[in-house]
Amino acid sequence: MRKPERNIAAAQRKVSRRSLLIGAGQVGFAGMLLARMRFLQVDEADKYRLLAEENRINIRLIPPARGQIFDRSGTPIALNEPSYRIVLVPEDAGDIQDSISRLSMLIELDAEDLNRAMIEIERSPPFLPITLADRVSWEAVAKVAANATALPGISPDVGLSRRYPLHEDFAHAIGYVGPISDYDLERIENPDQLLRIPRFQIGKVGVESKLEDTLRGRAGTKSVEVNAVGRVMRELDRQEGESGADLQLTLDHKLQTYVRKRLGEESASVVVMDVENGDIRSIVSSPGFDPNLFVRGISVSEYAKLRDNERRPLASKAVQDAYPPGSTFKMITALAGLENGVIDSTDTVYCPGYMEISDRKFSCWKKVGHGSMDLNTSLRESCDVYYYDLALQVGIEKITEMARLFGLGERHDIPMSAISEGLTPTKEWKRTYRDAEWVIGDSANAAIGQGYVLASPLQLAVMTARLATGRKVTPRLVSRIGDQEQPSGAGGDLGLNPDNLRQIQRGMFAVSNHRKGSAYSSRIEDTEMRMAGKTGTAQVRSTIVDNAEVPWEQRDHALFVAFAPYENPKYAVAVVVEHGGGGSSTAAPIARDVMLQALFEGTPPLEAYPEKDWDTIRERQEQIDRFDERPDTGERDQA
Amino acid sequence: MSYLEYRMKSVPTGWKKLLHLHWPLILILTAIAAIGFMMLYSVAGGSFTPWSEAQIQRFGIGIAAMMIVAMTPIWFWRNMSVLAFVFSLALLVFVEFFGSTGMGAQRWIDLGFMRLQPSEVAKIALVMLLAAYYDWLPVTKTSRPLWVIVPVLIILVPTAMVLRQPDLGTALLLMIAGGTVMFAAGVHWAYFASVIAAGAGAIAAVFESRGTSWQLLENYQYRRIDTFLNPASDPLGAGYHITQSKIALGSGGWTGRGFMQGTQTRLNFLPEKHTDFIFTTLAEEFGFLGASSLLMLYILVIVFCLFAALRMTDRFSSLLVIGISMTFFLFFAVNMSMVMGLAPVVGVPLPLVSYGGSAMLVLLAAFGLVQSAHVHRPR
Repeated sequence: MRKPERNIAAAQRKVSRRSLLIGAGQVGFAGMLLARMRFLQVDEADKYRLLAEENRINIRLIPPARGQIFDRSGTPIALNEPSYRIVLVPEDAGDIQDSISRLSMLIELDAEDLNRAMIEIERSPPFLPITLADRVSWEAVAKVAANATALPGISPDVGLSRRYPLHEDFAHAIGYVGPISDYDLERIENPDQLLRIPRFQIGKVGVESKLEDTLRGRAGTKSVEVNAVGRVMRELDRQEGESGADLQLTLDHKLQTYVRKRLGEESASVVVMDVENGDIRSIVSSPGFDPNLFVRGISVSEYAKLRDNERRPLASKAVQDAYPPGSTFKMITALAGLENGVIDSTDTVYCPGYMEISDRKFSCWKKVGHGSMDLNTSLRESCDVYYYDLALQVGIEKITEMARLFGLGERHDIPMSAISEGLTPTKEWKRTYRDAEWVIGDSANAAIGQGYVLASPLQLAVMTARLATGRKVTPRLVSRIGDQEQPSGAGGDLGLNPDNLRQIQRGMFAVSNHRKGSAYSSRIEDTEMRMAGKTGTAQVRSTIVDNAEVPWEQRDHALFVAFAPYENPKYAVAVVVEHGGGGSSTAAPIARDVMLQALFEGTPPLEAYPEKDWDTIRERQEQIDRFDERPDTGERDQA
Repeated sequence: MSYLEYRMKSVPTGWKKLLHLHWPLILILTAIAAIGFMMLYSVAGGSFTPWSEAQIQRFGIGIAAMMIVAMTPIWFWRNMSVLAFVFSLALLVFVEFFGSTGMGAQRWIDLGFMRLQPSEVAKIALVMLLAAYYDWLPVTKTSRPLWVIVPVLIILVPTAMVLRQPDLGTALLLMIAGGTVMFAAGVHWAYFASVIAAGAGAIAAVFESRGTSWQLLENYQYRRIDTFLNPASDPLGAGYHITQSKIALGSGGWTGRGFMQGTQTRLNFLPEKHTDFIFTTLAEEFGFLGASSLLMLYILVIVFCLFAALRMTDRFSSLLVIGISMTFFLFFAVNMSMVMGLAPVVGVPLPLVSYGGSAMLVLLAAFGLVQSAHVHRPR
C-alpha cells in the first residue's frame, strides 16, 4: 500500500481545512445554544422564576360531560348526575400519609377505597387527582372545605356520574359504564389522556361501550397556578373540551318496561321491531340486573350472585344467544320450496306421524299423524313430515340460501355487545367444522329448524319483519347521534314472488286465527289488529320429553314469532322463553300481550282479547301493575 | 501506513506512552463526569444511591477501558475496524430478535451488570470503518462516484437497522457522524449539497404524506413533531416535559438556586430527571453560569480533539478523531437543544452526565481511541 508522499500531504491539508470548517460549525452551534440559554435563564428569568417560585403551573384536565341517552320519546335512559368526592393531588400533599390520617379524623374513609387509592398514587403521574372517597355527602364536602388549610393536597371535587333512572329495563340494551381497568387500557391503542385518570368511567358493554367514542367527548384542559400546598390561585389558560354526543334510541321506554314486567322471572328474551323501517321498539332479556350497580364498580359478592344465577341475568339473550329456531324456521323451508318451483301450495303430503329417511325414523311431533297436509295446513298445524319431505326435494343449499336472504346467519349491525351470527349450515360448513359429510337426515332436521340451524331472537324478529313486508328490513337501535339522523332500515325489495309470500303469510295467519291453528288460543280478537304468527319448540335434549316431568333446565325452549296487523303489518315480535316448554303454551301468549301493548301504545282494551280469557288477562294486568314494588337501588346511589 | 512505516519514525513505547497521553483532555472529561455525579446526588435528594454511586463505579471502569484502548497501538485499531463494524452489526441483528424494548424505542441487551445499547457501539464502529476506508483508498479516487457509493452503503446499513427499532434520533445521528467523516476526508462538496437538497425534499414528503396511504413515519413520530412545533397540543404528554423543562431552566437565573436547592426538578415535575433531562437540574441549581460552564467544557473537548487531529499525519487517525468528536458533539448539542425546546424530545442523553452505563462506557472507550491516535502519532 504505497502512496505518493505528495498526494498524502495534499490530502492531509484538505483534511485540515475541512476539519476547521467542521470545528467552526460546531462552535457556531454551541454559540447558538449559549444564546438560547441566556435568553431562557437571564432575559426570561423573571417570568419563569415567578411561575416556578411563587406559584407553580399545574395543568388539569376538564373531563367532558358524557353524552346522554334518550328513548324515542325523549325520556332519559342514561344521564349524568353531579357527585361529590374527596380527591388528593399527590404532588401537592407533601406527606401523603399524614394528610390522609388527618382526613380520616374528619370524615369516614372506607379501607378498601383507601387501599385502592394508595395503589393509584404509586402508579399515576403526581399531578393527577386521586379519589379518596366517592359519593360523599354535602356535610363531608363542607367539613373538608372548612379545614382546607390543615389538609394539604386534599380538596372536595364535583364530578359527573352516570345514572340509569329506569334501572334494569335497559340493562342489556344500552349496557353500563364502569371504572376503566388495566385490561381496558391495554386494549386501546393511543389511549386518550382522559383514560389515564384513575377510575374514569367508560362504557363496558352495550351501546355505552359500542358508541364509547361518540359518547365520551373530548377533554378540555386548564392551566392553573397553584401555591405551595396545592390551592389553585388563578386560572391562566383554558381550552374547552367538547361534550359527548347525545343519543336517541328507537326503543320505547313504556313498551320496554312492560315487556320486562311481563317476562317476570322467566329466562327469556323479546324483540319488537317496526316492520316498516326496522326500528327496534323493544329488546329485552330477562331476568335483568340493575346497571347502576356497575357504575362505581360492583362488589365481588353482588357480582357472584349475578354470575352464578342459572337464569343468567348478565347474558344479553336477545342478541348473543342463538337457539334452534324450531318450527319458526318452517316458513323459510316452505319459501325455498315455492320459490324454486319444487312444490306448489296445493301439493299434499300424507303424514302418518313419522317418515323413514335412509333407514332412520324421523317422527312428527304428533305421533298419530296429521293425515293429508298441504302448505297452509302444514304451517297451521306445524306438521313435521311435510317439511321432511320438502327438505329431501329442495336440498339444504336452497334452504340455507333462503335463510340468509332473511337475515339468518348474519351478524346484524346494531351497537350491542356480543351479537351472535347464529348458524345457517351448508355441506361445506359441516365438512370444515364437524369433519363429516352432510347426510340427508341433516337436511330433514334443518327443515324443521333443528339440528345445526341456530338463530338469535333478534334474527328471528328481522326474519319475521321481512316475511311481513317482502323487503330487506334491517334493524336500527339508534335513531339519532347528536343532531345527526341515522339511516333508516327500510331496505329494498327481496325479489320474491308476491304470490308465494302471500301463501306463507296466509299460513301464519291460520296459525293464530284458524280453529285448528297451533296458536289459536293466543289470538287477537280485534279484527283490525289480527296477528299472524308461528310457534316453535326447540329441543334441548335429543329425545322428545314430556316437559312437565323433567327438571326446568331440561325442558324445551319455547319460541314464537308474529307480525300484526295482518292486513297492514306494523310490528314484528320474536319471543324465546328458555326451557319454557311449548311455543304455543308459553311464548305465544307473551307475544300476543306484547304485540297488543305495542299496537295500542299502552294497555289495550279487554275487547282485543278473546272473551273467555278476560278474567285471566285482567288479573295479569293487575299483577304487572304491582310488579314495581321492588327495592329501588337508585336511592342508595344518591347517598 | 503500515506498522513498519510507523516504526521508522519515533513513536513512544512502553511506559513512556503514559507521558504522551493527552492529559488535559482526561482532566476535562473527569470534570464533566464529576458534574454528573454531583447532579445525580442532588436529584436523588442528597444521596449517593441509587444513581451517583453506580455512576462513579461505571466511570472508573470506563476510564480503565479508555487506558487500555489508549495503550494499544492505533494501527491495531485500524486493522480491527472491519471486525468492529461487523460485530456492531451482529449486535444490532441480535437485539432485533432477542433485545428488550423500553419506552417504545432503543433496544438493549441486558448483560446483567449493565444494559448494552448496540446502537451506541454502532456509532463508534461506523466512524472507525469510514476512517479506515479513506486511509486505504487512494486519495485521487476520493470523489469518484463508485468510491462514494461504498461509504454511503456502509452508513446506510446500520442506519436502516436502527430505524427499524424504531429510533429516528439515533439514525439521524449515525448519518450526520458518517457524513462528517466523508466531508473531512475531502469528498467533493457537490455530493453534500445534493444530499442536503434531497433531505429537504424528503422532509417535505414526510409532511405531505401524513394521513395518506403512503404515510412515511409512525403516528407517534408525527405526534412528536407536532408537540415540538406546538407543545400546547399535548400539555400532559411530551409537551409537559418541554414546558416544565423551560420553567426549571428559566427559574435558575444567573447564578441558580444553589446546590440541592432546585425545586422544580426535585418535585418530580420531570420523569426523566436523572437521565435525558438532567441538564435542567444543573441549570436550575447553578443558573446560567453553571450551565454555560458545562457547555464550555464540552466545547473544550471538541477543540482539543480538533487540534489533536490537525497534528496527526495519517488519515485514519485524524478522520477517526474528527468523527468521534462529532459524535460527542451531537450528543450534547441534541440533548441541550431538546431540553431548551429547540428540538423534539428524541431521547439522547447528555454525554458523561446523564445516568446510564452504556453510553458512558462506549464514549470513554471512544476517547481511548482518540488517546491512542494521539500517543502513537509519529513525532
